[in-house]
Parts: sequence; C-alpha cells; structure tokens
Amino acid sequence: MGRYLLRRLIFLLVSLALASVVLFVLLRLLPGDPANALTSVGASPEQIAAARRSIGSDRPLPEQFTHWLGQLASGDLGTSFVSSLPVGPEVSARLNVTVPLTLAAFVLAVVVAVPVGFVAAYRRRTWYGALLSGVSQLGIAIPVFWLGMILIAVFALNAGWLPSGGFPQDGWAAPADAVRSLVLPVVTIALVMAASLIRYVRSATLDVLGSDYLRTARALGASFPRAMWRHGLRNASVPVISVLGIELASTLLGAVVVESVFALPGLGSLLATGIAQHDYPVVQGVLFVSTLAVLLIGFAADLVQRVIDPRLRGRLSGGAR
Amino acid sequence: MTLVDAPPKAAGPASRRRRSATLLTGCALTALVVLLALVSLVWLPFDAGDTSGGRLAGPGDGHLLGTDKLGRDLFTQLMTGSRIAVGAGLGSVAVAALLGVTLGVLAAFAQGWLDDTLAAFLDILIAFPTLLLAMLVVAARSATLGSAVLAIGLAQSAVVARLVRILVKRVLAQDYITAARTSGTSWPRTVAAHVLPNIWPTLVVNLALQFGLAVLAEAGLSYLGLGAPPPNASWGRMLQEAQATFTTAPAGALAPGILLVVLVIGVNLVADGLRDTLDPATRRRRT
Repeated sequence: MGRYLLRRLIFLLVSLALASVVLFVLLRLLPGDPANALTSVGASPEQIAAARRSIGSDRPLPEQFTHWLGQLASGDLGTSFVSSLPVGPEVSARLNVTVPLTLAAFVLAVVVAVPVGFVAAYRRRTWYGALLSGVSQLGIAIPVFWLGMILIAVFALNAGWLPSGGFPQDGWAAPADAVRSLVLPVVTIALVMAASLIRYVRSATLDVLGSDYLRTARALGASFPRAMWRHGLRNASVPVISVLGIELASTLLGAVVVESVFALPGLGSLLATGIAQHDYPVVQGVLFVSTLAVLLIGFAADLVQRVIDPRLRGRLSGGAR
Repeated sequence: MTLVDAPPKAAGPASRRRRSATLLTGCALTALVVLLALVSLVWLPFDAGDTSGGRLAGPGDGHLLGTDKLGRDLFTQLMTGSRIAVGAGLGSVAVAALLGVTLGVLAAFAQGWLDDTLAAFLDILIAFPTLLLAMLVVAARSATLGSAVLAIGLAQSAVVARLVRILVKRVLAQDYITAARTSGTSWPRTVAAHVLPNIWPTLVVNLALQFGLAVLAEAGLSYLGLGAPPPNASWGRMLQEAQATFTTAPAGALAPGILLVVLVIGVNLVADGLRDTLDPATRRRRT
C-alpha cells in the first residue's frame, strides 16, 4: 500500500502539472484580447499597448507561464484584469457558498440513493420497486434548472417558507439566513444527483444479488443481512464509489446553473462572469482550484476502492468498470 | 426471514414483453417530439414574430396554450423549440461519436504508461461537467446554436472515447483478433471488420443516452443565455424568460420543461430497450 500511495501521489502531481500546462495554453488560444476588457471602445493603439503591458500579456508565453507557476507556488492566484482585486480571496469567498452547497447536496443524495437503489433492486418485481426505478428515470430526465424553478414556485413563492434566491450579504455571519437560502438549491442538486446514483446502486446491487459468492454464503448458513454485510456491500460499493467521485467533482462546478437559478454567489457563477469578460486570471484561478479538487477527489476515491477491493491493487487508477 | 431472490432467469416471454414495452414507450415519446419538430418545418400555427395575441394571454383565440410575455404564441414557440432540441441532440451526438470513436480506438492501442496516462486524462476530462466545457467553447466562439452543439459534442466525446477505449481493449484481447492478425489482416482492416462490429451495440446505447444529455445541456446553455440567440425559441430560453412569471402564467414555465422531460425520457427508454435487445450479455440479467 505504501508503494502504491507513493506511485499514486507522483501520478497526482504529474497530472496537476499537465493540467496546468493544458489550462494555460487553452486559455491563450481563446480569441478575444483581454486588454479590450481594460480599455474603452475607442481606445488608441497606445492605450491598448499600455493595457497589455500592465497585465503582462505582451510578454512571450513561456515567460507568462513561468510567472504564473511562480505565483502559484507562493499561493497567489493572480489579480483580476477587470476588478484589479486578487483572485485567491475571491475564489475562497465563493468556496464558502459552493463547498457547503456541494457537500450537503452530495450527502443528501447518497443518503437517499443508497437505500432507495437497494430496495429498487431487491424488490424489483414489486410495484414499489418498479415505481422507484421509474421515479429515478424521471429524475435523470428533468433539467436541473427547471426543477429549481418548480421548487422556488412551490416552496418560496406559494408557500413562502424559504427565500426564492440570493445569499445573505454577511454570508455565514448570519448562519440561519445562510442555511435557509441554501435549502432549496441543495435539494435541487441532491434530487437530480440521487436519481442517477439510484441507477448505479440498483445495478451494482443486482450484480451482487445474482452472484455465486452470495449464494454460497447463504448456502453455508449466513443470514441474508449477514451475507450482504460481509460480501455484498464490499463488492457493490466499488463501482458506486468510482461514480460518486465523478459526481462529487462535477457538482462542484456543475452547480453553475443552479447557482444561476437561485442567484447564489458561488464558484460556478464566478467562472461564468470570468469567461464572459475574458478575465484570464479569474478563469485560470477557478479552473486550477477545481482541477486540484477533481484530482484530489479521484485520489481519495482510488484509495478507498483499494482498501475495499484488494483485487484492484495492481492498477494505478480507476475502479472496476 | 427473507430469502435471496432467485438468480434472474433467462429472458422468458414475460420479460421480453416488458422489454418491447420499454422500447415502444420510448419510441412513442420520442416520436411525439420529433413529429412536432418535423411539422414545424412546414407549418406553424402562428408566425414566430407574431405578437398580436396580447401579453401573457390565456389559452383561446387560436392560441392553444396562450402567449408569452411579448405576446408570441406559446405553442408555436414550443414547436420551433422542438426543432432546436432535436437538432442540438443529433448534432452533438454526431460530433461526440466521430471524435470519441476515433480517440477511443487509438487510445485502446496504447500500452504501459501511455495507457495509464490516457486513461487518467480521460477520467479528469470527464470529471469536468459538460456544461462547463461547453461554456468555455461558447466563450471562445460566440453564442450560437452551432457553437453550443460543437461544444457539447466536444465535451461528450471524452465520455464516448473512454467507453470505446474499454470496449476495444476487451475485443483486442480475443483470440479472433490474434487469428486475424496472424493471417495477415492489417490493423485498420481488423478494426473495421472485427472490432467496430463487436462494440457497436453498446456504443449505440451509450450514444442514445448522450443524446438525452446533449438535449439537457443545450437547454442549460440556453437558460444561461449561451445557446441559440433570440428570436430562436429554445426551450431553455423560454423557461428562463418565463421564470419571473411562473405563478401568474404557469403555462410558459411548465410546457417547455414537460416537453424536455418527454424527449429525454423517451430517448433514455429507447436506449434501455435497445440495450436489452442488442446486448446478449445483459439479456440474461437485469430484467
């Protein structure tokens, strides 16, 4: 395991380095001069040149890249072209909204999906087993923003129980308001996420229920709960965990539409404005932080899978698929 | 005490009937929207720019579902929207299939560390939401239906590539590939004659699922104002425009969403039905 840990860690660092190169090059390939964002429409060539100098986009790309890496090494994500504010604090302020939103939705989705998926598989020949599968079909076909709109109409506009959007100006200094404003977005994301998780849990459970090892365990006298606990859970959780990792990572940024429905100042909306304004440092900063998060989540998922399933230990990455 | 369910039996007449019911329901739902799109090409109840109906009018006066906040007929917009949804789905899947299959087949031939790296690279790409990658492409080009389709297709090609890579690797390990190679068949011919025919059932099912996801992604982009620009009536933008008047004029905020769900469920059911019909491996399990 120690050797594996080292190999996987090196792999993590190499991926991060590769990702940062790709990120940097990709953003420089986007058309549109960021200097335009700094100057007014009728700016003279001299003014544009001055703007380019001030943000460093007149220097050769390798030099810009090493400059950026140097900044990153000292924990600095650069300065926004548009607002002239440092990107780091802005990103961490947004994370205060996005991380609780994502984690709460993730936990809620797992708590709902695991038992529901199990029942949908174990009782698939009953009417409620079929109903649960049907509801999850519906859940993966619903556009997440429309579900958000409906929840707002029902619980905020009609019932008036919860705010229809926004986040308190004071942030978490007003904890009750902050929590209240996150309830509907969390439920929106969790329902959509749970719908797709249910399908994975259901199919993993079906695989286990039809397996020879479970039948053997039962034949040797283990009760069903015990056989499931000792043999089923481990086997069913490996593919589910690899899906969980991907889901968690993609919700971190995929929340952008939900953030827009509920007017939340999260990471996704920061990225959206950054892209619209050609604000490289902001886009670069957000994408770097989220790439790091994606890689760390993948790392964690791989480790957990290896602890659960020794058969995977010869492989570097990825679970049973 | 509960007993373990008996292991799923081979598909009998009952499960075959259920399977064709899935396929049939899926086809019917999909056909409904496709029909709407086809009819919209030759006939629309009102002109797309006709605002004579009055703002947010209820049903009646030839307006089947009433009008939107600019006085345009809702049903007319739904019809043109179906054209955009189906077109966006087809276009994105075409891009994803072309790029994904090519990349996936090439990646399947990689060995050792290159193999590990490619696999991990695809995994990382997949972790980034389709919508996000699409936003980057739309930002680089401009907000048109074309860039949205290209963007969604590009983002999905990573998913397709990963699947194809795994499938092709599995086929390449088979004896008949070794046999083909030792009898002198070239690699390109082996891929065309032996690999692709063996992976296509799974591939087609996945592409059908990608179609549904592409439709949802296009709606999401339009909702954010990054899809087809006005006056094209995309369902996503219709929903965004109707959000403010949800409680006073619910038809505009419900109808496009319902059609989206109908189309996506329809295609997903077709995919499920096809999987059970085309893929003999799942025929014995998962009824």
